[in-house]
Amino acid sequence: MSDVAQVVTYIPRLRRYARALLGERAAADDLVQDTLERALNKFHLWKRGTDLRAWLFTVMHNVHVNQVRSRREHVGLDGDALELQTRATHDAGLETRDLERMLQRLPVEQREVLLLVVLEDLSYEEAATALGIPIGTVMSRLSRARVRLRALMEGLPATGRLQVIK
Amino acid sequence: MTEFSISEAEFQACVDQRLPDDRRGEVERYLATHPEDSQRLAAYRTQSEQLRAAFAPVLDERIPEGLVQALRPRGARLLRVAAAFALVALGGIIGWQLHGSIERQERVQTIARGAALAHAAYSPEVRHAVEVGADQEAHLVAWLSKRLGGKVRAPSLEAVGYTLMGGRLLPGDDGEPGSVSPTAQFMYQNRQGTRVTLYVRTNMRDQDQTAFRYAREGKVGVFYWIDRSFGYALSSADIDRNELLKIANAAYTQLNP
Repeated sequence: MSDVAQVVTYIPRLRRYARALLGERAAADDLVQDTLERALNKFHLWKRGTDLRAWLFTVMHNVHVNQVRSRREHVGLDGDALELQTRATHDAGLETRDLERMLQRLPVEQREVLLLVVLEDLSYEEAATALGIPIGTVMSRLSRARVRLRALMEGLPATGRLQVIK
Repeated sequence: MTEFSISEAEFQACVDQRLPDDRRGEVERYLATHPEDSQRLAAYRTQSEQLRAAFAPVLDERIPEGLVQALRPRGARLLRVAAAFALVALGGIIGWQLHGSIERQERVQTIARGAALAHAAYSPEVRHAVEVGADQEAHLVAWLSKRLGGKVRAPSLEAVGYTLMGGRLLPGDDGEPGSVSPTAQFMYQNRQGTRVTLYVRTNMRDQDQTAFRYAREGKVGVFYWIDRSFGYALSSADIDRNELLKIANAAYTQLNP
């Protein structure tokens, strides 16, 4: 199997991560598409023998950061109508939908860490590399993401218990 | 009695079952004497399970054709180049009547030309006629709307016997004066397998508004019209002008209720 063909096998996982990250199908597939295009253009930058999957998440992270940046410059591109339309196709259970909604209320940098670690099972080191942050930051964001998501799901104010447990 | 202490990072690693062996015992002993934290551990593990369960179905979804095609840039580029050449060739052969080369007329005619070209390029495709299938219509419409920067709709042509197959995003016709917008193509098919395509682009101008016009490009007949900022063109190579007009009318009525 050629290297590029290998990329194809990761599309489902890229789509899953993008969906969880953005909460909306059309936007998620746009992100995956842009990621694939960029990955292909930058394929020479991938070091053979290293984990291709982790590298693809790195590419996706960079594409996403750029998208967010350019979206800020064109505020209002994503109408509510779009979201509603895609939502209608999604018939998940109520609890799942709650979870998806609350997930979107986490700050994006916490959401990224949580999803890379929990959903995509990246090691803390891989997550740190993919996001271009120190591993300590991965750990503290992971901790905060969990506190916050739990509080949101329980309808409680986040208490932000952090750092050291005595 | 020794008071054990673990760091938050270790606690997180414990949630993810990634603690090194030599720390596991101590952390477990700690949790045994700290019910609040062991409760928190259980809650986080449940949370992780729920997250995985919520998004697992995505793995089984059919991958949109467009995503696989994103990995075939050579083919796509070739097609784009071919399309550009064809455009130039068609322009020469058919001799578009650009009376006085009025800009507005050019803009309007670009639509008919682009639509005919896109119809000829994609309607014979058997396997990749559309990028996103009609089974994902809501997604298709949302995606195209986003890419076109305006709310796009796929009219239902069932009443005139045509079923939506799906659609695709066409590369913007860069290089053409005054037209750089991406364009969408919806494809429909009747029971006999005859295909018609509806070509939609945005960023038209108010003064471009037209009623139905008809153009013919080789074998492809095109009815096109401009409505507010949208330009539409309905093309087919296999049906006569009256039949095409009937379908164009059905589309027009729905797009302009």
